[in-house]
Amino acid sequence: MSSNAQKTGFGATIWDYITTVDHKKIAILYLISGGFFFLVGGVEAMLIRIQLMKAGNDFLSAGTYNEVLTMHGTTMIFLAAMPILFAFMNSIAPLQIGARDVAFPFLNSLGFWLFFFGGVFLNLSWFLGGAPDAGWTNYASLALASEGHGIDFYSLGLTISGFGSLIAGINFLVTIINMRAPGMTYMRMPLFTWTTFVASALILLAFPPLTVGIFFMIFDRLFGANFFDVTMGGNTIIWEHFFWIFGHPEVYILILPAFGIFSEIFAIFSRKRLFGYTALVFATILIGFYGFMVWAHHMFTTGLGPTANAVFALATMIIAVPTGIKIFNWLLTIWGGSISFTVPMIYAVAFIPSFTAGGVTGVMQAIAPLDYQLHDSYFIVAHFHYVIVGGVVLAILAGTHLYWPKMFGTMLSEKLGKWTFWFFFIGFHLTFFIQHFLGLMGMPRRVYTFGADQGWDLFNAISTVGAFFMAVGVIILLVNVVMTTIKNERVGNDPWGDGRTLEWAIPSPPPFYNFAQTPLVRGLDPYWIEKMEGNKEGMIYAEPLGDIHMPNNSFIPFVMSLGMFVASFGALYHLDGDKAWALPVLIIGLGITFGSMLVRSWKDDLGFIVTKEELIADQERIQREAQAREGGKNGGLK
Amino acid sequence: MDLNKRYTPQTWPDHPETATLEGKNKFVGFWLLLAAETVTFASLFATYLALKDKGPSGMEFTAAGLFELPLVFAMTMILLTSSLTSVYAIYHMKNHNFKAMQAWLGITVLLGLTFLGLEIYEFNHYVHLGFGFTNSAFSSAFYVLVGTHGAHVVFGLSWFIALMLRNAKRGLNMYNAPKFYLAALYWHFIDVVWVFIFTVVYLMGVIG
Repeated sequence: MSSNAQKTGFGATIWDYITTVDHKKIAILYLISGGFFFLVGGVEAMLIRIQLMKAGNDFLSAGTYNEVLTMHGTTMIFLAAMPILFAFMNSIAPLQIGARDVAFPFLNSLGFWLFFFGGVFLNLSWFLGGAPDAGWTNYASLALASEGHGIDFYSLGLTISGFGSLIAGINFLVTIINMRAPGMTYMRMPLFTWTTFVASALILLAFPPLTVGIFFMIFDRLFGANFFDVTMGGNTIIWEHFFWIFGHPEVYILILPAFGIFSEIFAIFSRKRLFGYTALVFATILIGFYGFMVWAHHMFTTGLGPTANAVFALATMIIAVPTGIKIFNWLLTIWGGSISFTVPMIYAVAFIPSFTAGGVTGVMQAIAPLDYQLHDSYFIVAHFHYVIVGGVVLAILAGTHLYWPKMFGTMLSEKLGKWTFWFFFIGFHLTFFIQHFLGLMGMPRRVYTFGADQGWDLFNAISTVGAFFMAVGVIILLVNVVMTTIKNERVGNDPWGDGRTLEWAIPSPPPFYNFAQTPLVRGLDPYWIEKMEGNKEGMIYAEPLGDIHMPNNSFIPFVMSLGMFVASFGALYHLDGDKAWALPVLIIGLGITFGSMLVRSWKDDLGFIVTKEELIADQERIQREAQAREGGKNGGLK
Repeated sequence: MDLNKRYTPQTWPDHPETATLEGKNKFVGFWLLLAAETVTFASLFATYLALKDKGPSGMEFTAAGLFELPLVFAMTMILLTSSLTSVYAIYHMKNHNFKAMQAWLGITVLLGLTFLGLEIYEFNHYVHLGFGFTNSAFSSAFYVLVGTHGAHVVFGLSWFIALMLRNAKRGLNMYNAPKFYLAALYWHFIDVVWVFIFTVVYLMGVIG
């Protein structure tokens, strides 16, 4: 039963990953597919920048440009940034609270496969008649007029992957509420766990409005409803509201886990307890709370009236306060610390000014009258890339380096990591800083070209050069990943040497049951406490070594998600008239999904027991491997 | 968890739904799901109110002209009663009285099916009057709001029936007790949503 390291064939490995319910393996699935979509979205970004390299360029047609632009935003937000963060949340958060798995391992797998099939469905639009072309915001007035099926791929694909996100959110919440080890009180939880918690709460409450809005879009386009059709009494502003009631919390869903990763990094590499832990926790909660009260600042120019604009402008400015609290706490964590500038730490230090710049332009846009000038200009593009790239993407890159050893048991090269950093960081500022000025000079966003007489040539050319720098950085990262994997130099529990939280107290990667014995948590930074008290064993434990109950693998999540994927094709084509197969396909797909749900609840699935003897044997194997590694190192030194 | 462990009403815990870690997880997770469902229905209600009586110029149907209370009132009473009978079922579940639980769940399902039948009749009636899904923004909003509730009723009934059939020969144990409990919780949620639909759509609709 145990999945101890045995040599298995390629097919068996694939089958293992398709059916796995282990949060650490699901995390790897999220990281690989999120990483893949990150590259796809990156290629789309390069296409955009190449098109805008010079005035009157005809590299892309206007229609293709709209598709590339839409897919770049949609892919990066839904299929790259969120899943990669989910990878860290899945891999690390359960370890940080001392849990053996998440609360719902089966649902964890289901959440991943829904996201995966949703993302694949959305991207199949490229090959099946054209991608969506109404922007990632998909405003109804544009989307209803869009011909072909691009918008329908968007609606159905995001519905499926949205269900996956919702399920993942509920799972993280319940895991953190119910599965904390003894002594792990809420106010001892590591910041990354806290931000996972709050981001999950945002997912829980923000995704339903998006799903409702998208369902209206599906009904309007595919089933003849009239929610957004003004001639039939509909109202296109409803879409804008639902999209942004979702969309604004969504940016906090992305940035909060990023804040969490950086909080961990600052503490580890300054070798200091986080400054103002309590303030950081409450700032996180406040940001989550305010996140739901500011959506209409995306709609200042829609015409909601001065009262609504004033209220939403004020609410938006208030968010700068808890965010500022965080920035100062991080600075004071570094202050006086014993700093080591590893790759994650460099990213973290670079993040502070970059993200603050994005935050400051955000407050500028919160001033509604000024926003009338800035709206739909490149200033906005510069702003949200400063917060998303300067915040989220830097956190993803930092987190990849920080947690790579915990996820895969090998260290990424620090040298190549620094090369990636410098190319990416310089490229990022080169690309986006100048876009502020393009915006102020009047360049509108979402245009596929501009004239030679408009004076935007030079700045656009510079911006494109920056994009190539970022691409080089990402390619170096890929080389780094390949080289590290081939070298396969295994590392121990705490490869950074200064780990503070529970995940660093167990092997890298951890055994499938995580903790042979549930640890006892005696304070904030529990592993650091044990280190400071000279505990050679790593942790003290809350229970004697005994049998462990673990969940069974299951193929059902994959099949359920596949059913939704199949059904989506039926829904997409059923209005076409010449496709009689569409309606049966819709019904069969839904039948597969609900049928597998029934099978799931019909069959008892009680999991399996890892016996005490198996545990002892496995722990001995881990120790032998660790000793062999140490021996090898010493031999190397002689 | 040992499925073969036999319980008596004396050894059966007071709160079997949260007596195991799995049960606790399901309990918390389901309440969170209901939070998401609440937001979903809030969105649908908001849309309905925004689009109420909105349609192309010269639209025939408005809420005041279309809805009639007697049938809907009967539906409301039936659904509220079914919520009460599901409470009885869970009362017997907590006392480890499997047969009584199954019987009350059976009554709940029958009441639910009656409600569903009347709703189908009601929709059919409107469609025959000419008030179809694609008529106007109002009709779309109405059918999606009330229809989403109806879909929840279908799902809740399927859930009850599956649980009853599945466990007919097994009786109650710690593995299925949380499932019965949560199905009943879901049923209450559906009921609460209907109270809002009755008020916002029908009562406020007739008043005009």
